This record gives sequence, C-alpha cells and structure tokens, in this order.
Amino acid sequence: MNTIFNCRCRGHQEGLFPLLDVPEREPGTVLGDALLRTVPLRIPNLSEPDVVRHYTKLSKWNHGVDDGFYPLGSCTMKYNPKLGEDLAGLPGFAGLHPLAGDSASQGALALLFELTSLLQGIAGLPRVSLQPVAGAHGELTGMFLMKRYFEERGETGRRRILLPDSAHGTNPASAALAGFSVESIPSTDRGTIDRAAVRAALDETVAGIMLTVPNTLGLFEPDILEITDAVHSAGGLCYFDGANLNSYLGRARPGDMGADVFHFNLHKTMSTPHGGGGPGAGPIAVSETLCELLPVPWIERIDGRLCLTWDHPRSIGSVHSFYGNVLVAVRALAYLLQLGDNGLRAVSENAVLNANYLQERLKATYELPHDTLCKHEFVLSGRGLAEGVSTLDIAKRLIDYGIHPPTIYFPLIVREALMIEPTETEGKAELDRFVDVMERIAAEARETPDVLHHAPHTTPIGRLDQTRAARDPVLTYPFDEAE
Amino acid sequence: MRYIPNTDADRREMLAAIGRPSLDALFEDIPQTVRDRYVPLGLRAHSEVDVVRLFAEWANQNAVTELVPFVGGGIYDHYTPAVVKHLAGRSEFYTAYTPYQPEISQGTLTAMFEFQTIVCELTGMEIANASMYDGATATAEAALMAERIRGRGRIAVSKGLFQHVRRVVDTYCWAAGIERVDLPIGEDGRTVVPQNEADVSAVILQTPNAAGVVETLRGVKEAIGDALLIVSADPVSLAVLEPPGALGADVVTGEGQALGLPMGFGGPLLGLFATRRQYLRQMPGRVAGRTVDVNDATGYTMAAQTREQHIRRERATSNICTNSALCALMATMYAATLGADGLRTVAKQCLAKAHDLADRIAELPGFSLPFESAFFNEFVVSTSEPAAAVAARARKAGFLIGVPDLNMPHVLGAGGGVRIAVTEKRTKPEMDRLIAVLEGAA
Repeated sequence: MNTIFNCRCRGHQEGLFPLLDVPEREPGTVLGDALLRTVPLRIPNLSEPDVVRHYTKLSKWNHGVDDGFYPLGSCTMKYNPKLGEDLAGLPGFAGLHPLAGDSASQGALALLFELTSLLQGIAGLPRVSLQPVAGAHGELTGMFLMKRYFEERGETGRRRILLPDSAHGTNPASAALAGFSVESIPSTDRGTIDRAAVRAALDETVAGIMLTVPNTLGLFEPDILEITDAVHSAGGLCYFDGANLNSYLGRARPGDMGADVFHFNLHKTMSTPHGGGGPGAGPIAVSETLCELLPVPWIERIDGRLCLTWDHPRSIGSVHSFYGNVLVAVRALAYLLQLGDNGLRAVSENAVLNANYLQERLKATYELPHDTLCKHEFVLSGRGLAEGVSTLDIAKRLIDYGIHPPTIYFPLIVREALMIEPTETEGKAELDRFVDVMERIAAEARETPDVLHHAPHTTPIGRLDQTRAARDPVLTYPFDEAE
Repeated sequence: MRYIPNTDADRREMLAAIGRPSLDALFEDIPQTVRDRYVPLGLRAHSEVDVVRLFAEWANQNAVTELVPFVGGGIYDHYTPAVVKHLAGRSEFYTAYTPYQPEISQGTLTAMFEFQTIVCELTGMEIANASMYDGATATAEAALMAERIRGRGRIAVSKGLFQHVRRVVDTYCWAAGIERVDLPIGEDGRTVVPQNEADVSAVILQTPNAAGVVETLRGVKEAIGDALLIVSADPVSLAVLEPPGALGADVVTGEGQALGLPMGFGGPLLGLFATRRQYLRQMPGRVAGRTVDVNDATGYTMAAQTREQHIRRERATSNICTNSALCALMATMYAATLGADGLRTVAKQCLAKAHDLADRIAELPGFSLPFESAFFNEFVVSTSEPAAAVAARARKAGFLIGVPDLNMPHVLGAGGGVRIAVTEKRTKPEMDRLIAVLEGAA
C-alpha cells in the first residue's frame, strides 16, 4: 500500500505562501554554516490534489463510529455530535494563544470554569482540574496527588497500591510510574472484588486502592461502600477510574461512594471524538483532603474576574504544558449543556438497557460467565463455540458484516473474552441486527469454520502478520529499499 | 434527546425481553444509600441554537482578532493550509479509536507510519513513536526513559527549557525520585554544558532555547560522557537546522503544534518523541510498524506492543494509552501538503522576518539584543523600561509579546527582557506598527 513516500506523483506547493515582504536572508548568513542542515529532508513535494486523494483513500480504509456499530468495550464509542466540531473550530477558541493572559481569555476561562463546576457536580466532589489530557494521564495525576499527600504527612512508608485483577492495564502502569508498587486483589466467582482479600491486604504500607466502578465486567461492586470505608479506616485513599461513568450518569456520584480522586474520560462519557487514539481529556475530581494539591494553574474567580493562579505551594506542580485539552473541553461542555439533568439520566438508562438487552439475547448462543444484571457493558466468552474457533476469529468475521469488533481478550479474568459496550447511541434495530450477525457467525463457526479463520474477507487487506511486525520492526519508510 | 435512537416503544419491548419492570430496576445493583445521596445538577437541557449562541459569546470575549500574536514560547501562530482541516475533518478518521483491529484501521495506521517517518526525517533519529500528549510530557517521559537506561537518579536540565516544560519535567521526576540538576544559561545565551557529567542519567537541552538561541549541539554528546543527550527541538526550525540526531542526540522530543495545529489556548497539543533504534524496547508510547497480510500484501499494524500498559501492566515503559493521534494526523497532512520545499519556505520566511524585526528593534533607543548567538524565529530583547510595562504598552496597541522567565539580570539589564516570536504569518505592516509602538510613537 502506498504512503506519501512511495507515491510516484511529484508536485509543488507554489502559491501557498505569499512572497517575502522583507529582505531575504540566507540561512547560512544569519545562522552560520555550522548550524545548517546537511542531511537531506526526504519529505516529498506533492500537488494538493494528490494529497487529497491519498488521505481520502486512507480515510476509506478506516472504520469510525460514523461508519457503523462500534461496541468496543470500555471505550464508550458513542456518537460524536457534529456541533462540537464547529464550536471547537471557532477562531475565538482555536486561535487563542495560551499565553494571551487572563484579560484576553475571559471567554475561554468562563467556559472552562463552567465545565469545571458541572464536572464537580457530576462527581460529587468539591474540586476539579482540567489539566490531565487522557484517562491514563488523570490516573497518573491522581497517583501524584496521593504520593504528595503521604509525603506531607510523613507517611512515606505507604508505597503499595491495591487493584482488582480485572483492572485496566493503565491502572498498574500509572501507579508504577508514580513510584508505587502494585498488588493485585483477586475477584470472587461473581466477578466482583473480594472484600475479605482487600481487608487482609490493608495495613500501614498501603497508600490506597484503584477501583473501576462498575468494573470491567460491567458489574457494579455491591460492597463498594464497605471497601472504601475499610481503605479509609486503614489510612489509605481511594482512586476511582471513570472509564465506566456512562453507566451511572444522573444516578450516582463517585464522591458518594468514597472516592478521593476520580477521573473523567471526556472522550468517552462526554462524547468528544476519540480521534483515532486521541486527543482525549482526563480531568480529575478530588475530595476535600486533596484540593490544595491539585496541579497549577488553577482557574479562580477573584473579584468577579476569572484568573489563572499559580501560587499554590502545596500543589504537585504541572502535568501538562498549559490548561489541558481546551478544545476537547469545548466539545464536552456543549454536549453536557444539551443533555441537562434529564439527558444525563437518559444516557445511562439507554446505555444500560442496551447492554442488558444484548446480554440477554446473546447468552443463548455465547457463553456468559457472569449472568446477572450488568451496567453499560458485559463480557462474553468465545470458548466452546466450535472446535478450533477463537475469539479472534469471531472478531475478524464481525468486520465482514460492517461491525467493529468488541474489545477482545480483556478483562484478563475471562478466557477468550469479548467485551461488548453498545452505548446509548445505538437503537434497538441496530442491536437486533448485531444479534443476528452474532448468531450467524456462531452457525458459521460450526458449519464453515474456515470462513472465520480466514476473515476478514471484505477489507482492503487481510489478516496481518503481527509476529513479523514484532520480530523485525519496520517503523519508518525504508528509503533505501528498492521500490 | 436526538442522539438516542430508542423510542419509548423500543424501551418497553427491551425491558420485557430482559424481564425488568422499569428503567429504575436496571440500577438496583447500585447500593440504595449511594442512589439516595444523588443530587442533580439543576441543569436544564439547552437547545443546539442556545448552545451556539452561548459559545459564540464566549468565543467573542477572547481577544483573538484584537491582538496580533508576536508571542511564542513554544506555541506559534503558523498558517495551516485549508486542505489540512478538510482532510482531518473526515469522520472516518476522527470517530475511530486506537487501531486495535488493523484490517479496518489501515487509514490511521498508514498515517501513523508516515508520521513516524516525518518525525525521524525532521529530527534525524532512527525511530519515533506515534505521539505523546505534548512536548512537555514527551520530554518528561524522555527523562524517565534515560533513568531506566542509566539509573543514576539524577538528570541535568538546562534553564533554557521553556518554563512550562520544566514544570512538567519537575513533577514527573519528583514522583520517580529523580533529582534535578540545573544547567545555567551563559552570557551568550547558550546552556553551559558540563564536561564529563558522569553522575547523571541524561542532559536535557532545548533548541532554540527559552532565550531564543540555537544551541550548539556539536560536541555536546562527547562532552557529557555516557549520559543520554535529550534535545527538545522546534520542528519548524529543523527544516533549515542540522537535526539533533545528526549531532549525537539520543532522544529528540518536541512540541508539534507548529506543524499545522491551532493554538487552541494550549491544547490539544502534539508531543514528538524520537530516539535511537537501540532504545526501542525502552521507548514510551504506541508505534505503528509495517508488515504483510496473509496474501503477502503490505499493511500496517501496531508494533512493539510488549512495552505497553495493556500487555505489560506495571512493568510497561509508560502508562500512556490515548495519545494525540488526530493531532499527529494533522501534522502528517501538513507536512505532506507542504513537502520539504514548503517546510523550508516556512522556516526561511520565519527566519527572514524575525531577523528583519530584530535588527529594527535593536536600532531603537532603549532596546538591544542581549545575545549575539544565532536565533531562529524568536528572540529576546533587553529593555531599559520594565519588560512588563513594554508588554502592557504593546498589548494596549494590539500586540501580544512575551515576557520570558530567564532570571538573568546581569545580561538582560534592569528592565529585564521581552521575547518576540515571528512566524510566516506576520506581515511587514504589522511589524512596522509594532516598531512604532515600541518606539513610543504610537
């Protein structure tokens, strides 16, 4: 397949920039020859139509939410309202320099302040920082806050972070990056946290626990209050991963469950586009004990005027260049304002209803390890469908039917896992079609398994050799290779 | 709510199918106490028309058209060709997520591969990842990587890093228990690089630095022993400057906003991260690699994933998952649209305009250029009156200029200094007016 580097077209970009209106300066004269580039810059000069055709072609090789169903568990691939794109593109936001100063950015600060207060309300926690720019970044910031908190208290022996074995991979990675050691807490047969195991692990070396509510199996932790109480009684703090907030919007708040830090994924819950893997936004909300430790700058209203303030001696410092992903915040606020309180409830109601409906209808055909009321997502197993057919085969076959596969092989505690999250922006008709397709694939698995083994059949490229990509990585265009 | 397709009839049918009496019954598994504590926001639903009006008001309260940006400090007002916005606005790109399923993500993956190649071409490095959050976190993660490789517990950081980058490096290093050693800026505006700094894991420089000066990288790697040399570089300048990779850098990071992204009040940004091939297993972040499919056709997939959090968990090289993919796509489209020639045109125009303006300012009474060293498109000016007053005067007249945090009174003089950035978008009439304002004639 072609990249711009092996594109045979050659053009030029004459007319893009006006002629220089000051005297020309030779780089060698002003910089000195010693600083000048001597190695070639191998970026082709293409004509604009060539560029347009190339990326239009690439776009057609992608599947986004706008192309079709995208039940990727844990990622909340809901519809992204077009309005957000227009608003984020307004020159008043897009053209604003981050060092413009408070007086020149009162509108942007007002918008961020408004979003902050709504997020505080949703979290049920007193303070929010918009600085983290992804869920994992929010986790890391939360871990920094916990580290600083215990440093201030002189409890530097608190170095252990507990997390359930169903946790997202980012949780242990974030804790480790902040210098904590992690300890996995096994789940019970019911798929939820073992309360006794948490109690047994608690002592004066535990900094806290990282919880995902509902958990990655889509199950609400029945003992959530007892667990957070126990951690607090042992002097620890509770981190809540907000990946699954879509399931209880308008019904419950992490602050009421004992959260000390909670991160939002605005690109999940608040419908901002995932962008092919970012940018997202991962604001954090914190309890009273951690407010003063939040990253700088803060946005504060002083004498009726909004200001960015830096003088907060207990703050952990900064985790991002400026004020977080502002243009993502623009989209999130536009969405929230459109929802209002009733909309928030409608989101979680339909997300949870859709998931339970799919779970109920699919459990006749696929193994459902935890058959109980789920929240916004549930986990099936591809085991036992037919001899020699794996979850990977099922996933790849779904592509032929125009459906993005669910998250597969996660969570780790379910073998051959298929983690399905329909979101509220799919209607019953689309869900019924998905059930039909899944049933048809199950039949194919028994009758014509090779169709699955060799899937997908309809894509511009077949199943890729991942082993080769890993063994002998080619990570840049090999210019030396003969075309 | 028009984003939710289910009708009341759908919901009734679905509830019947799952045997639940009501929507409320779907939330019975949330402890009653928790549900009882819920407090609504008191927020009414706004119509699309309401929202458009409200956001237009907020956008208009920002002084964007009123202030000509001669400010930089890492974020620059470059021109983005119209084609970039249109192509990046294709929703097949922006409504997709991480390309976990390569067969339906070849668009994103091919672009990632192109992006990595472009970053390597600009920086002169062998490999690059598919992006970090921003230049600051990219530099902080480079410090952590160097510490993983050398393990000396200390990192030497130039005072020439932009303040917002230093702040983030500080936070990450504090948490990882890494001590920071400051490297001062000399009177020539360049970082004073220690000789044989054997007890640090890395030396971090920025070029052009916060004083606007292009660092002389030649010989630095040899001088610092086996500490890793991390260079945070402006990608636009690299179209004309010798890339750090050709001068001994082990890691090159940078802020990619200048490559076709809006300033957006500082976010989303684009972290660039490139390094030597030998450090692939230690590199943070996602990376796309070339491979073949079952029919031996070339395709792209995520590669070297065993470094990453979803596989390696607490032993991953970083916790990063979501990055700045769409920003990287825009930068790729920007570079493809301009080509090497266009990138050089932009760099040369920035250079010519900045030097023209600097020469004219240096002739004004009360202003001088404190550093004689080479600069690219941003420079510091010593002022006899307090820098803040000069900046305020400029602002009043419709110009945004920067005040750097260099803390070098012995070089910058009593007034301190202002910092001025010039991109290809600035025009001669704008520069004429700025000169008049600085002169006090306006």
